[in-house]
Formats: sequence, structure tokens, C-alpha cells
Amino acid sequence: MGMTITEKILAAHAGKNSVECGEIIEAKLDLCLANDITAPLSLEEFDKVGAKKVFDPERVVFVLDHFTPNKDIPSAENCKKIREFSKRYGISHVYDGGACGIEHALLPEEGLVVPGDVVIGADSHTCTYGALGAFSTGVGSTDLTYGMVTGKNWFKVPESIKFYCSGIWQKWVTGKDLILHIIGLIGVDGALYASMEYDGEAISKLSMDSRFAIANMAIEAGAKNGIFKVDEKTLSYIKDRGKRPFTIFESDSDAHYREVYEVDVGKLDLKVACPSLPSNVKDAKDLSDIRIDQAVIGSCTNGRIEDLAMAADILKNKQVASDVRCIIIPATPKIYLEAMRRGYLETFMKAGCIISPPTCGPCLGGHMGILAKGEKAIATTNRNFVGRMGHPESEVYLSGPAVAAASAIKGFIIHPSEVV
Amino acid sequence: MKLKGRVWKFGNNIDTDVIIPARYLSSTDPKVLGEHCMEPLDPSFPQKVKEGDIIIGGFNFGCGSSREHAPIAILALGIPLVIAKSFARIFYRNAFNKGLALLEADIFDEIEQGEEISVDISTGVIKWGSREVKAKPIPPFMVELINEGGLINHLRKKLEEGNDKI
Repeated sequence: MGMTITEKILAAHAGKNSVECGEIIEAKLDLCLANDITAPLSLEEFDKVGAKKVFDPERVVFVLDHFTPNKDIPSAENCKKIREFSKRYGISHVYDGGACGIEHALLPEEGLVVPGDVVIGADSHTCTYGALGAFSTGVGSTDLTYGMVTGKNWFKVPESIKFYCSGIWQKWVTGKDLILHIIGLIGVDGALYASMEYDGEAISKLSMDSRFAIANMAIEAGAKNGIFKVDEKTLSYIKDRGKRPFTIFESDSDAHYREVYEVDVGKLDLKVACPSLPSNVKDAKDLSDIRIDQAVIGSCTNGRIEDLAMAADILKNKQVASDVRCIIIPATPKIYLEAMRRGYLETFMKAGCIISPPTCGPCLGGHMGILAKGEKAIATTNRNFVGRMGHPESEVYLSGPAVAAASAIKGFIIHPSEVV
Repeated sequence: MKLKGRVWKFGNNIDTDVIIPARYLSSTDPKVLGEHCMEPLDPSFPQKVKEGDIIIGGFNFGCGSSREHAPIAILALGIPLVIAKSFARIFYRNAFNKGLALLEADIFDEIEQGEEISVDISTGVIKWGSREVKAKPIPPFMVELINEGGLINHLRKKLEEGNDKI
């Protein structure tokens, strides 16, 4: 029996020729990541075990992106601890201050993850790097400590579910709409413990930015990882960025899948996940009279240049509704600069948007855009749980950048065809 | 290990944002985290809950973020065990790593809020009233890890033994 790409990567990192679903393996790690809210717990555990060093200072990455620029004294203290720890143990990949970007947009951009890697991160959206043909998954702070010290961790080899996607993409429809559609189809635990693998000609046509958005939300279906085949687009993305040599793995034609779904993307229109689960998915055109107080365009899901381009295209020479705060968050400094060069920032400012520094901020209700009681937001982020962006009685609707930008102009959730 | 306690019922898809909202994650202090546990669903939960009480959930308990603050907040209230129909995978690992026991059993619909139950963690037998249900066995690998005192103890032992192969 053949193996899937996920099984092959895990087998190679466990020093085995083959692995089976459900098998527990110990795998070598290529990279360990933590951020300013998960690293502090991890460093406490590091002290408790009495470790003297990290397994490889080049393969430990800290990104201070969640509560930065620091929102209060405790979050500033946490960042200070991470900086001190990094100095003490020679960790140079610390993204802080003007180098800070949203971790899952930043690491691929910096070439820190390459195809065939096994990556763990103390952040659930670590699954984003599957877009590069790597196995990457979120863990807690204690598992991260174990990885940082030993360079290894244990994994249960997941079953795989294949999503075979064909058809022609419609205007404005992106990877975000596809992943929302899939989560709506299988539910928030539809891929619990499993690997979500994407294939088909519609996937080959997708940009890397859209692939990152799809892999990013694997966790919203309960999955362990989301993963894509390495193709010319992946290689061209990695070419000038990749910091390490890499191996390309590919699923065998006779690999075993728990389920195979076929999706015709030509039938997909723009999607919105309504409160309070990412699986509560509807077509944007079927929603009416949902007034919004805030629109957020950014995050590790949709804060990349393609997302900002789509938002700028819709907001050009238009005005954000007077009772809406539209917050634009370029995900990394490089994306910010590129948006500036292309004139998007001017478009956004003239339209009345707020431009935020790269931060996770409002997505998790941390800072920089918190909702009051009864307020509603449309956001290109990834979670719409109760109270996710602020008050427990506030609500978040999830969409791609086109619906968010159009809704910011109208003041209620709307399909962009009504605006442009 | 045998436990006895009152149950607190929370439904399906209880996510880590409601277990402990992100605005409190600047702290790693269990006491602070415990004070805000389940706040979006029931702000008075930390005051009402007693040491030894047990949480019962539906499907996909602990979904969402990887924050280990979630099992820490639950443990800080003296809750030693969560029984649910299923658990999200990162929460599952985190709970065992922190010493919060989890059992998978389909009892949510049959049990009343506040009812007293007794649980034998090692056999997975759950008893209340005249009822008795056996939970899904904990995977042998997890049992081994628990017997070693969790992942961090396992690591500490290895480091003390000077086993750098780990």
C-alpha cells in the first residue's frame, strides 16, 4: 500500500521506511515556534526541567506578534522574558519591534519553513505551512518545551482525508471561500485528528497566498494538519527565500484515504461563516440586514498582499460607511512595504480605513480593535467563537477580503457585486 | 485513582476562547486564569464550582487555540477531570501534559447538572444513581506518559540521567 505525503514526511523524520495510521512515532523536528503568549509558559517549563540549552538555536523561533506593540505591563514583561531567554541561549530568530510580522505569514516569507519539514508551533494555526508541502501542527507550550530541548516529539500518524478540487474559480472567490465551504460541509470536528490533503487542477491554479489561507484553517475542522503538493508555484515561492535544502514528498497514487471529497470550485460563491462557529457557513448574497460596526482585514489567514490587493481594488475611490471602523492589518513588514509601494495604503487611508502595524491584536480579542457589547464585525480572520473579538455579546462574521471590504463601504454584510 | 464530584455541564464545541478568553493570557498565574474560566458562558462559574467538581462536555471539547492556559484554568479551580463525547486534539495533549485527566464517554445527555458522579480513572468506570458507563480506554501511550508523571517529568528524568539521546 502506498503512503500519503503526510505519512512519508513523518516516516522520514522518524527514521522509518513506512508508517501506519494510528501508529505513535517519535519524529525529528525541523523547527519549533512560539509567540509572546505561548512562549512564557514554555520558558517556565524549560526552567523546571533544568535544561541547559535548546537543541539547535537556529531552529527555535520566537515571534512577538500577539499582544504587541505591547498592550499592557504584563504583556511587556512577557516579551522582555522572551528577549532575555533568547540572548541567554543564542536564539537569533526573534521577530520583534519593526521586524515583527504575524507568525504564520512571516515564517514562510522569511524562508524558515521549507517543503518536507516537520514543524511544531505553540499556536494552533501552525498548520499554515502545509501550503509549502511541509507537515506542521500546533501544540501546547509543554510539548513545545519538549521539542525545544530534544529536537523531537511524539506524534500519532493521522488518517488522511483528500479534497479533490476541480472547476474554474469565479471572480473574488479565493482559498478562504473554499476552506469555509469545506468546514461548513464537514463541520468543526469533521477532520478531528486527521490530515486534510488538497489536490486537483483548481488547486494548481491557486496562488500561494490562497493556499496558506486554506492550510491555516485546517484546525477549524479539528484537523492535525492541512497539506498541499509541491508544484511550480511552491518552488518559485521558495526559490529566493528557502534558508535550508529540502526534500519533496508526494502522495502515492494508491495511498489510503479515510474519505475523498470532490469539490467543484466553479460552483463556489463568496462565503461567510456566521456566529459562533466557523462551520455556520452561508453564501454572502443570502445575507441581508446584518449591520456591522467593524471590518477587520488582516490576520494569519488573510493579511497577505493578494488579500490587500483585493480589498484595495474594492475600496478604491470609495468611502467606508461613517459608522464603521475598517481596520487593515498588513501581516508582515514586507507586505506593509509592498502595499505602500503599490499605493494600497493611500487607497485605504483615503477611504477612511485605519492601518494597523502587523499584529494578531483584534483577531483573538487581544487589543487594537475590541468589540463592545452588542457590536458586530466582519473579519477576514479565522474564528468567530463567542466573545472572540471582545465582549461575550459581540459577534464576528468570517469572510474573505472582498466581502469584508464591500461590507465596510455599505455598513452591512454584502456581496461585492453590489458595490463595484 | 478514584474521584467523586458534582458535574457542571457545557455543550458541544466548547472552545478555548470561552474556557479562558485571550484578554487574560498576559498572565501565566493559575489563580488569575482560574478566576476567568468559562467567563463568556457563565461569569460566576469560578465562584460556584467546588474543589473536586467535574466538567461534562459534548463533542469536540477544547477546540480552537493551542493555549495551555485552558487546562491550567480548569485545574486551578480544583477540577481534576473533564468527561466529553470527544476532545479537540491539541487540548487533549495539553490536558495530559498538565495533569488534567480526560475521559471520552457519551454521557452528556443522560446526566443532570449538579448530579454527583464517581469515576475510577484507571478503569474508566463512571457511576451515578443506578447507572454505570465505561469510558473509552485512554491510549496505552498516554497511560505510560501519565505513569511517568507527564511529559515534563519524563524529560527531567532523561536529562538527569544524562541521556542526551532522548
